[in-house]
Amino acid sequence: MRYKFRVYVAGHTERSEAAVANLTAVCETYVPGRYEIEVIDVSERPDLAETESIVATPTVVRQGVIPQRRVIGDLSDSARTAAALGLPAVGEPYGELWWT
Amino acid sequence: MISAQAQLDRTPTGISGLDEVMMGGLPSGRTTLVTGTSGSGKTVVAMEFLAHGIAEFGEPGVFVTFEESAPVIRACLLELGFPIEEWEREGRWEFLEVPTDLTDSVEVVGRYDFGALVARIQRVVERTHAKRLVIDSLGALFATLPDKRYVRVELVRIAQALARMGVTAMMTSERREEYDGISLHGVEEFVLDNVLVLRNVLDEERRRRTVEVVKFRGAPHHTGEWLFTIDPRRGVTVLPLAFMSSRGQASTERVSTGVAELDDMCGGGLFRDAIALVRGPAGSGKTLLAFHFLATAFRTGERCLLVTFDESRARVVRDAAGWGVDIPAMERTGQLRLRATYPEAESLEEHFLTLKRDIEEFRPDRFVLDPLSALARIAPRQSALDLVVALTTVLREHAVTSLLTSSLLRPGALFGAAGPSGLSSLIDVLILLHYREWDGRLERSIAIPQVRGSDHDLAVRPFVIDSSGIHIETAERVIPDARAPAAWPFEAGEPQGGNV
Repeated sequence: MRYKFRVYVAGHTERSEAAVANLTAVCETYVPGRYEIEVIDVSERPDLAETESIVATPTVVRQGVIPQRRVIGDLSDSARTAAALGLPAVGEPYGELWWT
Repeated sequence: MISAQAQLDRTPTGISGLDEVMMGGLPSGRTTLVTGTSGSGKTVVAMEFLAHGIAEFGEPGVFVTFEESAPVIRACLLELGFPIEEWEREGRWEFLEVPTDLTDSVEVVGRYDFGALVARIQRVVERTHAKRLVIDSLGALFATLPDKRYVRVELVRIAQALARMGVTAMMTSERREEYDGISLHGVEEFVLDNVLVLRNVLDEERRRRTVEVVKFRGAPHHTGEWLFTIDPRRGVTVLPLAFMSSRGQASTERVSTGVAELDDMCGGGLFRDAIALVRGPAGSGKTLLAFHFLATAFRTGERCLLVTFDESRARVVRDAAGWGVDIPAMERTGQLRLRATYPEAESLEEHFLTLKRDIEEFRPDRFVLDPLSALARIAPRQSALDLVVALTTVLREHAVTSLLTSSLLRPGALFGAAGPSGLSSLIDVLILLHYREWDGRLERSIAIPQVRGSDHDLAVRPFVIDSSGIHIETAERVIPDARAPAAWPFEAGEPQGGNV
């Protein structure tokens, strides 16, 4: 089971970079080696922001799993980020995805 | 005269009267906040700003909505006569619908901004080459911001981004109360350089809509609240007031009042663009004078617009026929238009719009309003004066010879003390009619205290009314002292009659 995340950011700002770094750190803690992060710069791909109805940046969208989960913000609180993205607690390999 | 530079800096909204209040339009390339309580007309003003931009200035527009309001707005625009569906097909108008109910299922961790929204707006602006943009409304957008401290920062960021896109924008924002001076988030007015406030208040039991330019940074504008109205078919109209440019030139042509002796008293008739007020109690002959005025115009082939308050059409026709004025026959020639209505039938602003439309469509040479004073029943003093200012401006613009009547004797009764802002400064000719009982009969008298730009007769002259109308005694006889009232009743006495 791999986790796929798409991070929508607006340009190369401090906030964009913080969000990507924080997400990477969270994934390394909770699902090491089992994640992919794709960064979308909405100023280059406004069409994707449109299709996905993204309003705020940064926005993380957990891909491929229903229900889709979204978290907006710079993800400065890793525990809340992990919970909001439905990542398994450390030591519980499947988390909420045990039934998949 | 506005310099070319100043003209470049403004983007006319195309909304009737609003650009005059703003002295040209919105500051170009900047964002203007349009704030008001719910139902104050923010969205209508915003959609008309875009619609006129396309229809009259060839400037494409983008309407950003967070409230799934596109179908409602389309319907409103269609009713206003704008081909919104065609514009959307041609890519000249685009809705950017941004549902914000997503936030229910979205968690917030840390700081964020509206960068994605800005990127989406920019994409649409580039695709449509939009010059005008509306965001409706900030309240719906910022409802998603859990921390209100960031509203200020985000607002500035969005406004700056819009400025870089080169669009002239309107953002709407809710207010809780009409006069507390604060928007929903308390910061909008301080952050944005340009602020319009729309109000919708009850004033002496009449609903009153006003618009005020609270600030235009570095750009001149008129101050104060200006009345406006919203009509489903005509849209928003701000009452064009005294500052509206009146015709540069004044007419020197003279036309008849319909009473030869009265023409003499006025120094040879009325100027073609004169506005005359006939004041006198009920039964003093005001309406009859108006019929003379219409009949003479009709005989010389002029077009006449007759507006009456307080009389049914049938009664107006009958009364006129009594003086040999055949209104139906005059209407058949297309030379006369009669509108018989009642003050209570419409609001003051709607009355004005109806009159304005009649004047602009029918293009009368002569205009009669009988009696103006009936409007005192439906309007606070200042509003009634506003209407007269606006109406006389339209009449002057079209050089319509006008006769207004009033059954209120005292100058202050309808419009407050005569003064620079009073009624007397708006009219050119003041005709006073009066009667009193003398020796078992009524003696009628007429006087003309004011004829602007012309020599005139200062005598108080007796007149009689017989089956052929008004006849003024022209001999150099003023009313003999013994028979004269102690004072001319218009100056001092209480109203002695009148149907208001």
